[in-house]
Amino acid sequence: MPNMSLKKNPMPVQDPIERGRNFNEVALGYDEATALDEAARCLNCKNMPCVSGCPVNVHIPEFIAKVRELDFEGAYQVINKSSSLPAVCGRVCPQETQCESKCVRGIKGEAVGIGRLERFVADWHNSHCTEAPKLPEPNGHKVAIVGSGPSGLTCAGDLAKLGYKVTVFEALHLAGGVLVYGIPEFRLPKSIVQKEVDTLKSLGVDVETNVVIGKTLTVDELFDMGYEAVFIGSGAGLPRFMGIPGESLKGVYSANEFLTRSNLMKAYKSDSTTPILHAKKVAVVGGGNVAMDAARTALRMGAEKVYIVYRRSLEELPARKEEVEHAMEEGIEFRLLNNPTQIIGFENPDDRRDPRNGFVTGMECIRMELGEPDASGRRSPVEVPGSEFVLDVDCVIIAIGTSPNPLIKSTTNGLEVNRKGGIVVEESTGLTSREGVYAGGDAVTGAATVILAMGAGKTAAKAIDEYLSAK
Amino acid sequence: MYKIISKKELNPTVTMMDIEAPLVAAKAQPGQFIILRVDENGERIPLTVAGCDKEKGTVKIIFQILGASTELLNHKNEGEFIQDFVGPLGRATHTEGLKKVAIVGGGVGCAIALPVAQKLHELGCEVHSIIGFRSKDLLILEDEFKAASDKLIIMTDDGSYGEKGVVTVPLKRLIEEGEQYDEVIAIGPLIMMKFVTLTTKPFNIKTIVSMNPIMIDGTGMCGGCRLTVGGKTKFACVDGPEFDGFEVDFDEAMSRGMMYRSFEQEQREHVCNLFKKEVK
Repeated sequence: MPNMSLKKNPMPVQDPIERGRNFNEVALGYDEATALDEAARCLNCKNMPCVSGCPVNVHIPEFIAKVRELDFEGAYQVINKSSSLPAVCGRVCPQETQCESKCVRGIKGEAVGIGRLERFVADWHNSHCTEAPKLPEPNGHKVAIVGSGPSGLTCAGDLAKLGYKVTVFEALHLAGGVLVYGIPEFRLPKSIVQKEVDTLKSLGVDVETNVVIGKTLTVDELFDMGYEAVFIGSGAGLPRFMGIPGESLKGVYSANEFLTRSNLMKAYKSDSTTPILHAKKVAVVGGGNVAMDAARTALRMGAEKVYIVYRRSLEELPARKEEVEHAMEEGIEFRLLNNPTQIIGFENPDDRRDPRNGFVTGMECIRMELGEPDASGRRSPVEVPGSEFVLDVDCVIIAIGTSPNPLIKSTTNGLEVNRKGGIVVEESTGLTSREGVYAGGDAVTGAATVILAMGAGKTAAKAIDEYLSAK
Repeated sequence: MYKIISKKELNPTVTMMDIEAPLVAAKAQPGQFIILRVDENGERIPLTVAGCDKEKGTVKIIFQILGASTELLNHKNEGEFIQDFVGPLGRATHTEGLKKVAIVGGGVGCAIALPVAQKLHELGCEVHSIIGFRSKDLLILEDEFKAASDKLIIMTDDGSYGEKGVVTVPLKRLIEEGEQYDEVIAIGPLIMMKFVTLTTKPFNIKTIVSMNPIMIDGTGMCGGCRLTVGGKTKFACVDGPEFDGFEVDFDEAMSRGMMYRSFEQEQREHVCNLFKKEVK
């Protein structure tokens, strides 16, 4: 008999006040009993609407059925057929707008906690299963993957399982891309990313760190080296700034820089060699997941007051609901319908050598109200004249998005990019304007989600397999 | 891991190393930079390439011992390894078509200016080098500059070697004497580069400067290395590191460079104390 409870089993979490002072994972994960209870809520629908909501088409009812049978490893194997990064997806996917949004149980009540079950299964596997995966029969073809973020790792995993010899080239010193430099430890522990990377390595994938494709090697040279296809998953590029006065003051960060310092370079640890400003009052500008990550990181780094400054209202906030709720519980203050107009810095007119000179002391904002809906359907914010005020902060983190990285396009002949600098691809295959070169993830779409990038990596892997099989 | 093939102390605060990194050596051009990490928990340090041996597959770096990380690097010896070494990053110096150039180097910046001088010299360009140091003890690469320059002027702040004074004095003199430079290339401390641009501006001689702001990834991701050039935000790692000196906001760059001054000093002392303990 299915469990007909209208509510999904809540995710156990660390106490909000407690967790605001540490970098340990916020969500603690289901235990076995809870997982079984939640799995029993799945109706195992024949037409599987949930699967259509998953960018990588995980066979959701099938893995949940295995959970019900207490065959957790079997459940893992079902997920693993479609997803190379189950423990990551179970944590950072926006399930509420994907698989769970299609769940029949969601029509009356809450959807099945698919993401939470996925996480349970992946964590169970990681802590119980030490057996190396079966190595596929090599097919003799070599493929190069540029970037070891979610799209690259997915593409690499899928191709390796088909017998391809895959090399992943990573510009940084550590594999994982945004999973290691961007998403904070408390949301996605780095040991989990490392585990997923190790799993790929055990499938025979080579990971070459410290290689910047477009600089150290070019795409053309990869072909010269014998790679028959190249997948570009180089990720998002340079952070966007607002273009208001004061953005070069000391204490103004892009979210990318702030998060890279704390995540990749471990600046949150007291013994780190990488400096970061331990600000007392922080304003984060923007309303996406990255803004939430930056705000919650600043809080954990010891800030007494952290604001999210967003020019629209709560309804338009693009971040995941869960992240917004977590941020609010932790005491992040949301200054909605506020837009920064300038950042103010300390200036001692009598002493140019005053060490405080040039550090942020405040941010001037103007209040906004919502006007008519714009092209995106969101109501566009309009300034309320004369409503300027100064927010007392000593650090500003700008999280308003990124523009694609220019390195590869500037060194690859015949690679078409769009007006915004994103690589142009055929949607159904990920094929770029150059034969044998595929692309996906933020390098194509601009800043998006982990799972969309994974979906693109998966699509490209399938297309690369078809291309090289026919060759 | 990347092997240190050779190590040489150029003066008490400046060290030269050749690092085995064949992929980087094959591509590196004057003006570009690399990023290294000394050990597993190391900071990412950007250093402009001071030369490379494409046959041996080595890249030359010359660094001043300034903070904790360079202190740690300086404690590594020939035959030992450093954790990470990536590059070449940034754009190469534009050298084509130049007939006569003045190269102005200051302190350890001379290490980066040298390969530019050598490249121009090879291309048949007339090279006038002006290199400045605080004192004779800190002088580096004199012979190398001599070999790559048609004219070499050495300046020291205290007059202990060469002429006494700052690099802008002979630069102005040469220009006033009628030297017609296609370009002046200045590489050194920000304050020096600022004054070089103030010197050349009245004569309207194109002046290129090499910026080395605080940087993390160096590949166009974090935005930490931003600076204002011609009123626009530019990123030293992908748009530079060389820029039109007349357009750079030096005061802002100098201020930003001071952001972590106190942290860096603490770290340096901490590392120095560790080494002192080891010696005991």
